[in-house]
Amino acid sequence: MPGKVDTLTSQEKSSHSACTIFRAALSLWLLLNLNNPISAASREPSAPDDGQWIRPAHDFASTRYSTLNQITANNIQQLKLAWTFSTGVNRGQEAAPLVVGSTMYIVTPYPNILYALDLSKPGAPMKWKYEPKPAAAAQGVACCDVVNRGAAYGDGKIVFNTLDVQTVAVDAASGKEIWKTKLGEINKGETMTMAPLIVKNNVLVGNSGGEMGVRGWLTALDLGTGKIVWRAYSTGSDKDVLIGSGFKPFYKMDQGKDLGVATWPPEAWKIGGGTVWGWLSYDPKLDLIYYGTGNPGPWNAEQRPGDNKWTATIFARKPGTGEAVWAYQLSPHDLHDYDGVNENLLLDLPLKGQTRSVLVRPERNGYIYVLDRATGEVLSATPFVHITTSKNVDLKSGRLIYNDEKQPQLGKVIREVCPASPGAKDWQPSSYSPRTGLIYIPHQNLCMDFESIEANYIAGTPFVGANVRMYAGPGGHRGEITAWDPVNARRVWSIKENFPVWSGTLVTAGDVVFYGTMDNWFKAVGARDGKLLWQFRVDSGIIGQPVTYRGPDGKQYVAVLAGVGGWSGAIVAAGLDPRDASAALGFANAMKDLPQHTTKGGTLYVFSLP
Amino acid sequence: MYFRSRKMNFNSREGDFRSAGNARLRARNSGARRQETLSSIITLKSITLALLLLTGWISPAEARELRVCADPNNLPFSNERGEGYENKIADLIARDLGAQLSYTWWAQRRGFVRNTLRAESCDLIIGVPAGYDPVLTTHPYYRSTYVFVTRRERALVLDSFDDPRLKTLRIGVHLIGDDGVNAPPAHALSRRGMITNVVGYSIYGDYREPNPPARLIDAVASGEIDVAIAWGPLAGYFASREPAPLAVTPVAASADPPALRFVFAIAMGVRKGDTAFRDELNQLIDRRRDQIKQILDDYGVPQIPEIAR
Repeated sequence: MPGKVDTLTSQEKSSHSACTIFRAALSLWLLLNLNNPISAASREPSAPDDGQWIRPAHDFASTRYSTLNQITANNIQQLKLAWTFSTGVNRGQEAAPLVVGSTMYIVTPYPNILYALDLSKPGAPMKWKYEPKPAAAAQGVACCDVVNRGAAYGDGKIVFNTLDVQTVAVDAASGKEIWKTKLGEINKGETMTMAPLIVKNNVLVGNSGGEMGVRGWLTALDLGTGKIVWRAYSTGSDKDVLIGSGFKPFYKMDQGKDLGVATWPPEAWKIGGGTVWGWLSYDPKLDLIYYGTGNPGPWNAEQRPGDNKWTATIFARKPGTGEAVWAYQLSPHDLHDYDGVNENLLLDLPLKGQTRSVLVRPERNGYIYVLDRATGEVLSATPFVHITTSKNVDLKSGRLIYNDEKQPQLGKVIREVCPASPGAKDWQPSSYSPRTGLIYIPHQNLCMDFESIEANYIAGTPFVGANVRMYAGPGGHRGEITAWDPVNARRVWSIKENFPVWSGTLVTAGDVVFYGTMDNWFKAVGARDGKLLWQFRVDSGIIGQPVTYRGPDGKQYVAVLAGVGGWSGAIVAAGLDPRDASAALGFANAMKDLPQHTTKGGTLYVFSLP
Repeated sequence: MYFRSRKMNFNSREGDFRSAGNARLRARNSGARRQETLSSIITLKSITLALLLLTGWISPAEARELRVCADPNNLPFSNERGEGYENKIADLIARDLGAQLSYTWWAQRRGFVRNTLRAESCDLIIGVPAGYDPVLTTHPYYRSTYVFVTRRERALVLDSFDDPRLKTLRIGVHLIGDDGVNAPPAHALSRRGMITNVVGYSIYGDYREPNPPARLIDAVASGEIDVAIAWGPLAGYFASREPAPLAVTPVAASADPPALRFVFAIAMGVRKGDTAFRDELNQLIDRRRDQIKQILDDYGVPQIPEIAR
C-alpha cells in the first residue's frame, strides 16, 4: 500500500496490533484504488506516532513523518515561540534534537557537547550536559565545517559520534558515560560527523574524510558494551567488504570477485575513499540495513581507471553480521565528487499495478532513484534538477551514462558542470508523507565551472590547482524545496529559495512541511500545495533537521536548531574570505553574499500553539 | 629564554584551537630540548631581548615582533624545534629587522592561511608559490623543481617522463587530492598511460610521525619503490639523510606545458593589503639574497636560476 511507514520502535509496538486490522482493511481498499494512490494514501495508513523523536530520521524507513496533527494549516498562524536554548557553540548545527520521554537531547558541532533538557518543567531547563572533549586537532582534519548530524536513542542510552572518531554511549537518565570506543585516527585524516542508527543491539556508524585518502567503513558496535561487532570496508577484497555467498547484486556491473580491488589500479583501493558519513535506513521485514558510500579519491579520475568499487554505492546488509546482500553503484568511476551517502526512504508504493517495497533515493548526481529494496533493481531514475554531467541511467545495465564533455580535466576550462560538486542535494534529508504520497526534498540548484589553473601549496609542495567556481543553476536561485511524487516520477510543486536549502524537512499529519533557510527563516508550507503558511525569523541560518514531538503537557511542539555552517555555510561559520572564490572547494563563490544575510549562531528554537 | 618560554606558553593556550599534531609536539618538546636545538644565534638574541625587557631597558612596545605562521612538523621547511630552512630564514629576517621572532604553528594544509595569517595570529609565511592567490607575495627568493629520486646504486639517471624505462619501474608520487588535482608528476604519468606502476603517498601522511611527506623519499631508500618524483627541496634534504645513497635529478622543465609545471618560484606571503610589510620584505630579500642562498644550499635545495631576460 502506498506510503506504509515502517515504525517499529519498542514504544510503538503496543499500538501495532490494533493497527494491523486497520492496515489489512486498508490494503484491500487500496487494491481497488491503485490508480489513485495519492487519495488512497490520504486515509493515513501509518501507525499513530508515540510523540517521541528517538532518531534523526524518526523511523527506520527514514520518512521524517509524524502523525501528530494538532498543528494544521488552519491554526499555524498562531504558532508561537515556546522556549529557546543556546548551545554555546556557534558553528554549523546540522543535528536533529531527540525527544525521549520528557527529555530532549541535543548534540552540538565540535566540541560535541550533549545536552539533556527537562521538557516537564517550564522553559525546559538543562538536566545535565556531557562533554566528550574530543581532540582539538580533529578540527583541522574535518573537510567541511565541524558539524555533527545528531544522536540516536536505544536501551536507555544516547549514542553519538565525536569529530575525533569515537562513538560514545551516555546514560539517558544521568548523563554518565557508559562506554566510548575509538574507531579511527584523526592523524590519518579520519573524522566522524554522521548520526548512528541503532538496530536491535547494534550501533551502526561510519567515517568521514574521503578527501584525505581515508578508506571508508561502516562499523557495528554492541549497544551494551561498545565493542566492535563487525566492520565492512567500502573498498578492498570481498572479505574486507563482507561480501560472501549471500551477495546477489542485481546488475552484471556489480557482480564478480573482489571488485573492491579489481576495479582500481593496484593498491589505490587502500586509500580509495567511499566513506560512510550519511544516512542509514532499516527494513525489519527483510532484516536489511541500507546506506551509501562516499566518492572515490584522492586520485584524479584519470589516475584511477575502473569503476572504483564500492564508492558511490548503495549497500544492503544484514545488520547482525554486516554481510552484504546486494550493492548498486550509483556513480561508477565518479568524476564530480558525487558522494552517494544520501537518505534512503523505504516506502511501499503502487507501481505499474503492483505494490512494490522500494527504496527511494534523491541522489547527489541529480536523479531520484526508485529501487526494489529486496533485490537492488532500479525501477526508475528520474532527473529532479538540471543535469549536464550525465545523460541518463540505463535501466538495463544499471549504469549512469556520463557526458564526456563535462569531465573535469586539468588545463581545460569546462563550464556548466551541473550539478556542482555538492550535487543536486547533499546530506540534507528529505521527508515523506503517506497522506500526500509526496517526498519533500530540500536541495540546491548549483552548477560549476572547472576553471583556470593557479599555484597551490600543501605541506610545502607546490602544484597547479583547479579553480572550481560554483554558481546558481538555471533560474538564478540557489536552493529549492521540491515535492516529488515517486509513483508517477514527477514534480508536484516546488519552492525556490535564494540560498541552498541545507536543512532537512519535516512533514506532519497536519499536512504541514517545515524547513529552514540559510538566511534565517524557519518556514511552514502546505504539504499539498507548497503554499507558505507561517515563518519565523531566527538568529542565524538554519542547516539543521526540524523535528516534532508531543510534550508532557500533551501539546505538539516543533523544534529546530539554528546556526549556519556546513560546507555551504562555511563562509560564515569558518569566516572564509568572500574574495576567495575557490574557498570551501569552490562553494564560497556561490555563497559570497551569505555573510550579508546571516551571522553565526547556535540556538535551539521550540514552537507550539498557545 | 624567559621571554621565549612565555611566548611558547601563550601559543600553547592558543594551541587548543590549532591543528593536528600540536598537542603531541607540545607534549614531546621539553624546554630544555628546544634550547639545544635552537640555533645559538637566535637563543642569544632571545636572551638579550628578554634581559632588556626584564630589566626595563626597553619597553615591550619597543620590541618589534616578527610573527611567523609555520608547520610544526614538516622538515626541511619548518618544525617546532626550529630545524627547517624556513626557520633559519625567519631567524635571518628577525635579526635583520631587529625583531623578536614568534611562531603560530599550524599544519600547512587546507585552512592553513585562513587559520593563521587571515586570523591575524601571525603575519608572515616564509614559503609560498609566487603569485599564490590567498596571500600577497613578495619577490621570489628561489626557484626549485620537481626531481627524480633513485637509489644511486641503481644508476638509473632519469630526467624525463618519456624515458621508456619508467614504464617498468615502480614509481612513487605524492597524492594531494585537491578536488580533481594532484601533484604534477601524477598527472604527467597518467597522461602517458602509467597507472598500474604508480604508487601514491599521501602528502598528509600520518601526522603523528615526523615530517609525514618524507615517507615518499624513505620508500626509495627502503626499495619499496624504484623512483620517487617529488618536490626538490624535500627530496634534496632527505636524499642526503637516508641510509642508502640517493641520486636526485631535476625533471626536464619543458615537460607538458602549459597546464603542468614542474618548476615553481617560491616567495614569502603576507596578508593581502599588507603592502608596506611586503615592500620591506622585498628590500630585505634583495639585501640578504646571498645569505638566503647559503641557507638553501646548506639544506640541499635544488635551485633553478632565473631565466635571463
